[in-house]
Amino acid sequence: MAKTSTASGDSIAVPEKMPVTLTVNGVERKLTLAPWTTLLDALRDRLDLTGTKKGCDHGQCGACTVLVNGRRINSCLALAVMQDGAKVTTIEGLATDDTLHALQQAFIDHDAFQCGYCTPGQICSAAGLIAEGKAKTADEIRELMSGNVCRCGAYPNILAAIQQAMGRS
Amino acid sequence: MINFAYARATDVADAVRRIAADPKAKFIAGGTNLIDLMKEDVERPTRLIDITRLPLKAVEETRDGGVRIGALVPNSDLAYHPLVAQRYPLLTSAILAGASQQLRNMASTGGNLLQRTRCCYFYDVTTPCNKRQPGSGCSAINGLNRMHAILGASEACIATHPSDMGVALAALEAKVHVAGPSGERAIAFADFHRLPGDMPERDTNLAHDEIVTAVELPPQGFAANYTYLKIRDRLSYAFALVSIAAALELEGGTIKEARLALGGVAHKPWRDKAAEAALRGEAANRAAFTRAADVLLREARGYAHNSFKIEFARRGIVRALTQAAQGTPQSQSDKKIR
Repeated sequence: MAKTSTASGDSIAVPEKMPVTLTVNGVERKLTLAPWTTLLDALRDRLDLTGTKKGCDHGQCGACTVLVNGRRINSCLALAVMQDGAKVTTIEGLATDDTLHALQQAFIDHDAFQCGYCTPGQICSAAGLIAEGKAKTADEIRELMSGNVCRCGAYPNILAAIQQAMGRS
Repeated sequence: MINFAYARATDVADAVRRIAADPKAKFIAGGTNLIDLMKEDVERPTRLIDITRLPLKAVEETRDGGVRIGALVPNSDLAYHPLVAQRYPLLTSAILAGASQQLRNMASTGGNLLQRTRCCYFYDVTTPCNKRQPGSGCSAINGLNRMHAILGASEACIATHPSDMGVALAALEAKVHVAGPSGERAIAFADFHRLPGDMPERDTNLAHDEIVTAVELPPQGFAANYTYLKIRDRLSYAFALVSIAAALELEGGTIKEARLALGGVAHKPWRDKAAEAALRGEAANRAAFTRAADVLLREARGYAHNSFKIEFARRGIVRALTQAAQGTPQSQSDKKIR
């Protein structure tokens, strides 16, 4: 630990910042982070990738969902230092050049949002769901998307959008 | 979140050395509960020891025909693992009844057992809570206790254990393998978690300097006649009011072997061997199921807002045993209770 001095002159231990390398949306990013920095805060505050949203910050809403090594997780409950060496995909990394990802296009086609705050998490979560290949029926999609809450209640259109994208992927 | 030091353990012995050296250190794996509790100021470790790079990620058959699950196997991988899905579908069903897929992708097998109660007073640092601050009192006993225990509680604590996976592991009679400074030991699942008594701050019998390395399932998986019935305030992504793991081995219409464990009702996954004994040798019918429910709930006690759980559990047990006997386990996707 590093030492620092307080106003009264006492010396206290302060945990060290640590080097962290993440491959974010295909680009290697080297950061120096305090251990208590969440992956969500690293993405938003250090890498300016503000597409990933901070909703509840407690793993209850899913707005912060990103893909880490291809698997969907809640980035608000992940420490960035623990993801050292990982490949991270955020909403900014789904489109290729000028072509939207099939899920992005399907969300537009089906008007699968109102305020849009939960949408990046919904789309990243749906990308994870399609990669997992476990959901076939509408009930199974609803259940495996239950970690993404939509305050506007756009669920029927979100379901339709995911079904459209599944048909294409 | 509070500031803390961070280190990566290189192997199990290194992890044990590091935790033994620091009484305020904690292991972190999935982090889905610990990070949340740290944001709430409920947990205040000075050091986190990252164990996610330890080689505890295998699911393998044991020599006696059981299955050994590494402590770091993520909940989602475990639920969908062919050995588990085919031979222990009760465990698959219970895992998929809990949390969300994002959380199951992060959360580990060992961590699931070590998650803490979701009692709202445990989480609220402005209120007394004997589990969070021993000796400060229990706010739930005379407070909002709708989610709380009806079995095995004490005057000091009426919190419940939140795990779904643990309820299935209790019914399947799993063993928990742990390592510590003086070597390895195995703990019967029933002895892993504790009742609150006058020390509710201790959830388990795991020592501070021990690490969970694996969970072992015995050969009998009850794959033909089982169910995990979870009843909650919304259809998905909520903790149980009451959940029931039921497993039967039938011979003709007679119960040869029975397992019955409940979640959402006690400080630990609540398996009752007396209720199981009441089923053994009986015809698999409603009368026998009702008698077993009465045995299991013989000492149930409700509080101001959760007395409904006693009748709720009684009906849930009968329904679950019926589902198990019929070979029609509860679906965790369409949610219709049949």
